[in-house]
Amino acid sequence: MIEWLLIVVDIVSWILLIIGSICVLIGGIGVLRMPDFYSRIHAASLTDTMATLALFSGMILQAGFSLAAAKLFAIMLFLLLTGPTATYALANSALLSGHKPKAAVLEKKVE
Amino acid sequence: MTIVFAIFLLTMLVITAVAIVQSSNLFVSVMLTSIFSLLMSTNFFVLDAADVALTEAAVGAGITTVIFLSALALTATQEKPNRSGRGIALIVVGLTASLIIYATFDKPRLGDPDAPVHQHVAPYYLDNTMEQMGFPNVVTAVLSSYRGYDTLGEVFVVFAACIGVLFILDARTGTGPKYVTRKMTGLRHHLIPQVVGRILVPFIVLFGLYVQFHGEYGPGGGFQAGAIIATAFILYSLLEGEQAALRAVPRSAQLGLVICGALMFGMVGVLCMIMGGEFLDYSVLMENPVTARQIGIIVIEAGVGMAVCGAMLSIFHAFAARSAEDTDEAV
Repeated sequence: MIEWLLIVVDIVSWILLIIGSICVLIGGIGVLRMPDFYSRIHAASLTDTMATLALFSGMILQAGFSLAAAKLFAIMLFLLLTGPTATYALANSALLSGHKPKAAVLEKKVE
Repeated sequence: MTIVFAIFLLTMLVITAVAIVQSSNLFVSVMLTSIFSLLMSTNFFVLDAADVALTEAAVGAGITTVIFLSALALTATQEKPNRSGRGIALIVVGLTASLIIYATFDKPRLGDPDAPVHQHVAPYYLDNTMEQMGFPNVVTAVLSSYRGYDTLGEVFVVFAACIGVLFILDARTGTGPKYVTRKMTGLRHHLIPQVVGRILVPFIVLFGLYVQFHGEYGPGGGFQAGAIIATAFILYSLLEGEQAALRAVPRSAQLGLVICGALMFGMVGVLCMIMGGEFLDYSVLMENPVTARQIGIIVIEAGVGMAVCGAMLSIFHAFAARSAEDTDEAV
């Protein structure tokens, strides 16, 4: 019974780790491929939120019930707090300093 | 696997270094310098030097970037084109680089246990730390006890650097009428970073204290802790503005921290002499030499932490006060 449970935990943690890695990859491709600043940080923010959540949950499951898991959880909370905040601060200060999204500029041209 | 990772990191390091030199935008250069430090810190970690990695991450990637950015606020963001003397510089750099590469041929293999550096005094430290100090982190033992003189020198270098920067930047005392009448600075339009920052500041200070006092058992110590605690106060001053930060930690307190930290370290040494031992020989402080060494190390690490934290804060505030002055004059 216990061994069977351990295998399930292992499989779930690996699925989470792979999902997280794919999110990091998508974020990286997005930063390179997206057309303007705002859509680029939108892509980058995927690594801050979804990837952090998935990767750290996977690592916590790998660590089991131990001190390392508690530390990983603390780091995950820290990253989940600071990552989106940094993205928001970046976008907000870009907007305040007059950087227009590309879509808005295009709309104006059409008008 | 580790060697692949190390080679990848070193390659990224070279690419970043070339990018720093190539970029003419100083802002980009500063951000790349921060990335360089972070890569370097990961590199140290791959080499199992957790203490150095922590220092590099806290000081190199964290505080230095902020200080560079505040220095950048005083100057232009674009590098001036300078074409003269490029040929001579190229020759000098090329010669030095080939000399260094030639010298590495004589170097022992990385991690070779028979290398002279691992055969000189290191075995003594490794064998005796647990017995003489009573804690497992050999780095802390070497830093604060076996090589206490060197660390004392480093603390006084930090002290001298702080005094030097303050002299060059002509820091005012911060009590003039100009400082009272000036408008609130800080991120007034950024509610979310402010709220999150307020939540984080106490935890950063707590983590700094943990790194400070857990240095005997895990990676950490005075240098790292001082830098981390200084980061918390710099974050506070970025969020709430110069004055709020100066009200929390006035300039006198910052300088007091630097002076007290350096003095505390030196005084422990003098106290050891008074108690009949040699300078910085903590074993004479108490009956039990192991406890005495531990207490001596805790006190001097606290001194190191205070000196580093105070120095970082005074340098940051010196730059910040200077840029605030300039914008005032511009208005």
